Amino acid sequence: MHESAAQIFINAFLANNFVLAMFLGLCPFIGVSGKLETAVPMGAASTFVMLVASLCAFGINILLDHLGLEFLRLIAYIVIIASTVQLVEMVLKKYSPGLFRALGIYLPLITTNCAVLGVALFQTAREYDFVQSITFAVGAGAGFTLALVLMASVRERLQLSDVPAVAQGTALSLMLAGILSLAFMGFAGLGG
Amino acid sequence: MTLTSVTRWDEFMEGIWRQNPLFVMVLGLCPALAVTVSAVNALSMGLATTFVLTCSCVLVSLLRKLIPKEVRIATYIVIIATFVTVVDYLIQAVSLALYDALGAFIQLIVVNCIILGRAEAHASKNPLLPTLINALGMSAGFTIGLFALGSVREILGAGTFFGIPLFGPDFQPWVVMVLPPGGFFVLGAWLLIFAAIARRKQRKLAEATQNA
Repeated sequence: MHESAAQIFINAFLANNFVLAMFLGLCPFIGVSGKLETAVPMGAASTFVMLVASLCAFGINILLDHLGLEFLRLIAYIVIIASTVQLVEMVLKKYSPGLFRALGIYLPLITTNCAVLGVALFQTAREYDFVQSITFAVGAGAGFTLALVLMASVRERLQLSDVPAVAQGTALSLMLAGILSLAFMGFAGLGG
Repeated sequence: MTLTSVTRWDEFMEGIWRQNPLFVMVLGLCPALAVTVSAVNALSMGLATTFVLTCSCVLVSLLRKLIPKEVRIATYIVIIATFVTVVDYLIQAVSLALYDALGAFIQLIVVNCIILGRAEAHASKNPLLPTLINALGMSAGFTIGLFALGSVREILGAGTFFGIPLFGPDFQPWVVMVLPPGGFFVLGAWLLIFAAIARRKQRKLAEATQNA
């Protein structure tokens, strides 16, 4: 593995976008992408959790390897992620109650966001070193935010258009996601 | 059939049809779209999820009086993660090819919303037998959903079904169906079909009540 930091970032951000190419984090992608003003903070909160989870996962992985307890990896990762989400929740509740209410149930659900666990698992599987792990986490978070913002912008526009009643709701969101995903395939190979 | 067995059957069918986790509740999308490039992958993912969902719900139901309310979500996640680790090692031991095909998505069963949702909404409030039936119904519904996605994508995208070629040598595969966008399109199409059936049923029901 001799990927440069820039390659890892571009790959996670565009070419292998976490949401549109690797299908990670679809629940918030379909659920919270209705409005632009909730999409951006949701992306930022998830990115922060990803970064912290990635750092902790890197440390924990070394520790578990050292002790020969690799089978506890999954359990350790998910506990770290759950605690980080709890931390973000408490901070948001104290400093930005409005935003806390706007994100609602989707904030604690970051715990079960596959994108967060995905970052931790992929960096372990690909044996990234410290700098690579951080770049990967930031790239993945930025990619997640980008997908969320794009989807929210399209859906805001869509409210004014005349959609057949049978296609409204999730089916329409999935079709839109498919088209966005097609567009992102154009970035394939960009990360080398 | 006695009355209780009828309701038990209803409860089982609920997960397959009326509350199908994939097509009606639209949960667990990540594994549903990522691994369904072929019917075999879809089926194995469904079975792995079935094992984890059933075992975790049974354990949660048995421990429901012992788990303090404040830490219940964390407890559920640790229980689920334990069973996922079991499945992960099991698949690795049985078939390495399958393990490589499913990749990180076996471990990502932990964060499948269906499992946590069932543990929280059903298993934590009900005794063993109803929980078991409900969990089995939901898993069957999820597996059927995955299989429906996987077979359509494999037939259209590769022209095969379980690896057996279906069409002649002149068949031009519709490659986009096995690529990421295809996953979104096929699931969207299935949802459209289900929505259309539901609407027709409603209209017929409304007409019937008008005539009566």
